[in-house]
Amino acid sequence: MPDLLEKQNVFVQMQEDIKRALQKPVDERRWVMVIDLRKCVGCSACTISCVAENKLPPGVVYRPVLESEIGTYPNVTRRFMPRPCMQCDEPPCVPVCPVHATWKRPDGIVAIDYEQCIGCRYCITACPYSARTFDTGHTYDEGTPEQMVYELLTNFEYGQGWDRESEGSPIGNVRKCHFCLHRLEEGELPACVTTCMGVANYFGDANDPDSIVAKLISRPNVIRLKEEMGTEPKVYYLV
Amino acid sequence: MSKTVQRIVWVAAIVGFVVGLYGLWLRVSVGHQAANYGSYVPWGLWVAGYIYCIGLSAGAFLMSTLVYVFRIERLKSIGKLSLFTALVSLFAALFMIWLDLGHPERAYKLVLNTNFRSIMGWMIWLYAAYFILLLVELWFAMRADLVACSDDAGLRGKLCRFLSFGKTDTSEAARTADANILRVLGAIGVPLAVAFHGGVGALFGVVGARPYWNSGLTPIMFLVGALASGGALLTFVVAFWGPKVGSEEHRKVVVFLGQIVLGLLLFDLLLEWAEYSISLYSAVPAEAESLRLVLFGDYWWVFWIVHLLIGAVVPILLLVFRGRSVGAVGLAGALIAITFLSVRLNIVLPALAVEELEGLRTAFTGPGLTFAYSPSLMEWLFFIWTISLAGLGFLIGYKLLPIVRTKEVA
Ligand code: SF4
Ligand code: SF4
Repeated sequence: MPDLLEKQNVFVQMQEDIKRALQKPVDERRWVMVIDLRKCVGCSACTISCVAENKLPPGVVYRPVLESEIGTYPNVTRRFMPRPCMQCDEPPCVPVCPVHATWKRPDGIVAIDYEQCIGCRYCITACPYSARTFDTGHTYDEGTPEQMVYELLTNFEYGQGWDRESEGSPIGNVRKCHFCLHRLEEGELPACVTTCMGVANYFGDANDPDSIVAKLISRPNVIRLKEEMGTEPKVYYLV
Repeated sequence: MSKTVQRIVWVAAIVGFVVGLYGLWLRVSVGHQAANYGSYVPWGLWVAGYIYCIGLSAGAFLMSTLVYVFRIERLKSIGKLSLFTALVSLFAALFMIWLDLGHPERAYKLVLNTNFRSIMGWMIWLYAAYFILLLVELWFAMRADLVACSDDAGLRGKLCRFLSFGKTDTSEAARTADANILRVLGAIGVPLAVAFHGGVGALFGVVGARPYWNSGLTPIMFLVGALASGGALLTFVVAFWGPKVGSEEHRKVVVFLGQIVLGLLLFDLLLEWAEYSISLYSAVPAEAESLRLVLFGDYWWVFWIVHLLIGAVVPILLLVFRGRSVGAVGLAGALIAITFLSVRLNIVLPALAVEELEGLRTAFTGPGLTFAYSPSLMEWLFFIWTISLAGLGFLIGYKLLPIVRTKEVA
């Protein structure tokens, strides 16, 4: 079996794709995610790994897995569709922000400045994918006698330490998926991608013709959600 | 009757203020966790309350331009009252939307870092301009009366003396000058009011993700709704607080206002019909779903009973059949003005209460991750508190300031 042994693990390949991309200036990267719906079994592990990675409080979710039923009983199947932020190339959530708190970075990731956001939630209404949620400051141990240590862990979104104990931002802010930018910058894959047991997720730099994602998104069986909105999503689905 | 109504409003405002304090306290201590809006329905009662009050303000203000810009002789006596009503409603609107923010302490960023590509970015500037305009206009409209009441005993005299800022000239020439200034200010105010209230409509209208809002008619409906509701509020106010209550002159003013409001209300209903019928007929799913919620959802009664029956049919009957009676017209005004909140709620909520992607409803759970919304106790109480505060502001201002004094300058 020399062939099999030589064939590189897809995660290792993607990791290398990322490292190559990081060598380039930031505005030449184009991060995209490809989700193979045929492989997704709806286990929601990606959702939970994201919650753990970004220390998401109750009510905040970056990547739910949407389930829908196809057909009528007894001929039914289910479809599972993880829905991260699409990191739209024409993001409708950006122009509506009254204080420039959210913008598209040169590498295409739509970021939020937690210190700038006033929490008006206009961007939530403008996103066609419901990708943004509002952090009202809930904790999981509400109503229990003891405050749990994990509630107070610092999260490192956007490469900065956000301390929940201080009760400041991101409480009162709108939050969303950022393709784990803080991990990417360190050459790591987004948490959801590494967690998926079926390898339903691919991630990389679409500007690099040798990357896995560049090859995948040139296939004919690729779709994007709500193309008619003109948002130009950077999350692709293989169907 | 006027005295009884005034007393009822006083009591309501005081009770609302006291009870509502609990809502304010909850907002300050617990914050957004005590609210029922959240991630999927991000805007709730307070946003609806904000566009409701801002509409009342724009409407009342535009009525004042009938006096100062178009110089309609019959309405001359109610100029100051409409400006003051507009000012108080503006205050309520801004206060409500301020505490709706996740970070109210950062509101200054709206000024320092305005994004002029965002319609919301424009709002702060338009409101600031409008607020200043209202203050200045009200001052010029009251100036002669402030001088006149400077000699009154007690607090009122002192206040009048202070507020006249030493400009004590009440000669015919000075008053004509005031009137001319008012005309210019009012003329600036018309496009300004159209801009900021049409702007609020556009704030919703431009959101392509929400087909229920995304219509060129939205800003127009906001404006007509503002005129109808603000006009109605003013009619109610004039009917029971207006200058020379009980006189024939007063009755004529009220009757005339009633007719204006009737016309505006009918026009508003026409626009509503256009919007609803066209969308229902084409039945594009997202928009039709929102409309289904309005007409047949859990809150169907908000549309059919509160808005259509109490807010439209009853007032129309009153205005058509009892249109010469001050009490009936005033009541019609109150009914329209109060129930208009239902119209605003039915603009904000149905667009948000529908899933943007199939399966979202059940995909993940948590506070705020729901499409079912009804205002929480905190939301209601804080809303009531703000409205009561504005009401008290009006009542106290009415007592202390020469708002219905006779020296009209227009
Ligand atoms: S999916 Fe929504 S939040 Fe993400 S970039 Fe697009 S519009 Fe913005
Ligand atoms: S909630 Fe924050 S990021 Fe969103 S539009 Fe308002 S200020 Fe901008």
